[in-house]
Amino acid sequence: MAIELSAVRYRYAGASRPALQSVDLRLDPGRVLGVAGANESGKTTLCLVAGGFAPGVVGGRLEGSARIDGAETTSIPAHALALHCGLLFQNPATQLSNTTATVFEEVGFGPCNLGLAVSEVIERVWWALKTVGIEDLAPRDPARLSGGQGQLVALASVLALRPRYLILDEPTSELDPAGTALVGEALARVAAETGAGILLVEHKTEVLARIADEVVVLREGSVALAGPAAAVLADSILAELGVEPPARVALERDVRAAGLDWPAALAEGIG
Amino acid sequence: MADSGSPGSDRAGNGSTRASSAPTDLSVARSSVSSAPSSVAPSTAPYIELDGISFTYPDGTRALENVDLRIDPGELVAIVGQNGSGKSTLARHLNGLLRPTTGRMLLDGRDVRGLHVARLAERVGLAFQNPDRQLFAGRVSAEVAFGPHNLGVRGAEVDERVRAALDAVGLSAEAASNPYDLGYSRRKLLALASVLAMRTPVLVLDEPTTGQDARGGARVRAVVAVAAGEGRTVIAISHDMRFVAECFRRVVVMRAGRVILDGTPDVVFGEASWDELRATYLAPPFAAVAGARLGLGATPTALAFVAALGQRPGHARS
Repeated sequence: MAIELSAVRYRYAGASRPALQSVDLRLDPGRVLGVAGANESGKTTLCLVAGGFAPGVVGGRLEGSARIDGAETTSIPAHALALHCGLLFQNPATQLSNTTATVFEEVGFGPCNLGLAVSEVIERVWWALKTVGIEDLAPRDPARLSGGQGQLVALASVLALRPRYLILDEPTSELDPAGTALVGEALARVAAETGAGILLVEHKTEVLARIADEVVVLREGSVALAGPAAAVLADSILAELGVEPPARVALERDVRAAGLDWPAALAEGIG
Repeated sequence: MADSGSPGSDRAGNGSTRASSAPTDLSVARSSVSSAPSSVAPSTAPYIELDGISFTYPDGTRALENVDLRIDPGELVAIVGQNGSGKSTLARHLNGLLRPTTGRMLLDGRDVRGLHVARLAERVGLAFQNPDRQLFAGRVSAEVAFGPHNLGVRGAEVDERVRAALDAVGLSAEAASNPYDLGYSRRKLLALASVLAMRTPVLVLDEPTTGQDARGGARVRAVVAVAAGEGRTVIAISHDMRFVAECFRRVVVMRAGRVILDGTPDVVFGEASWDELRATYLAPPFAAVAGARLGLGATPTALAFVAALGQRPGHARS
């Protein structure tokens, strides 16, 4: 049981070069795997490939092996993929169905399509709304939400599917710091309590520092750095890879660059 | 009303923040951007006044509640607040996309009510939070040229503006690409370039750093620094507190459609404001928290923190 990519190389249809050159990674149930990297380093493509959307839905050419629980993604039909993997797109507007009048219906849209009993759908919708802290948005029109609210609704709609694996492409990009912290905690809880494996693409390395077990950093479609989150996020090569380190790491670096000692009082966690 | 309850809104107290001196991380800015020719005289930036503005969406959502705000020419203002606090609604009032339900918006003392949105667009450029609401052309260069063309700019001047704007955001190599072949982060930079090319004296940027990596973030900071150097007014909505503290001289905090704090980063991110920040689900930048822990005073940026730490008596140098 895992999502496993081995020597994955993927090229979009018509593209002059592969978006993923060589990627190996493994996402186990109940774990949070963080993915960081500069823009255009292949993070979003990785999401599509790991979730079986590429090449299955978007086309293109996949080499190597992408497996979900042992089955090659290319052999899993799209409707069955939806049961395995919940994919949250980077742009929440892409995610919403545009067919519903309330946030409640929007979040229920996916579970309804799974053919679940109405009582189960209702239970899941409230659970998902509560998990991301937006129960109060239930009666609102999904088309009239702020950027951050729309993102939380999109995330809730994926959680409500209760997939075995969650693949989340920058789920906190439009969120305020409290919303970001809340989503981070919620995801850690979802992984621990439901046993879902979470692939989390994030520019906010603070979030990865808090909840990721391991982190991989991509560069030009290949894994440039991988390992336990704390070690990867403190690696001095991070900036070269176009990744902003967590604020604490960055501040310590600035202090040392000025020829000063990092104060002992800041050694333990703050903020 | 929004003004009266906010300690930082004392205009005299803000006086020192009005100088259009460049942001603190200018070294980053200058190193990553070739200096674009300045075409905007500082004096052309208008005074912006929001006078008791309230706005209610057609579905009954009250997004702004009696907002009073005066923004001087050349000011660098960040608007922060929790999701749904009315920030984007406020931004859309600034370029006339939304008109207040009650209250007035004035440019140089003139009510913009009678002003067509196209006239307002010559003065105030808005880069949307979601670039896909903004982009539509089939070529990156055409996308950027659209704004200036609509303003009546023609010929070589358009080409020059497109070149400078794409250069400023690091997309020169993509001039012939289709915007939708670019990733989200670069589409956001493209949306920014298309607003820059209009060379409006006021720039309004809605969440410009979201989705950007370290280099993209530096590009955005550089754009703000260059615009500031040209005397333009820059108003940005952001959740990125480090960006806010490093690049802006004034921080306006919104909560539930109202302005609850208004002052310099030192004041707004200072320890005395933390409770109010937390009430609107914001957190001060890490440097401010670290500075407070050490009793260094207000250190909203890494630069301020390092400077204060260096002056701390007896602090060891490694």
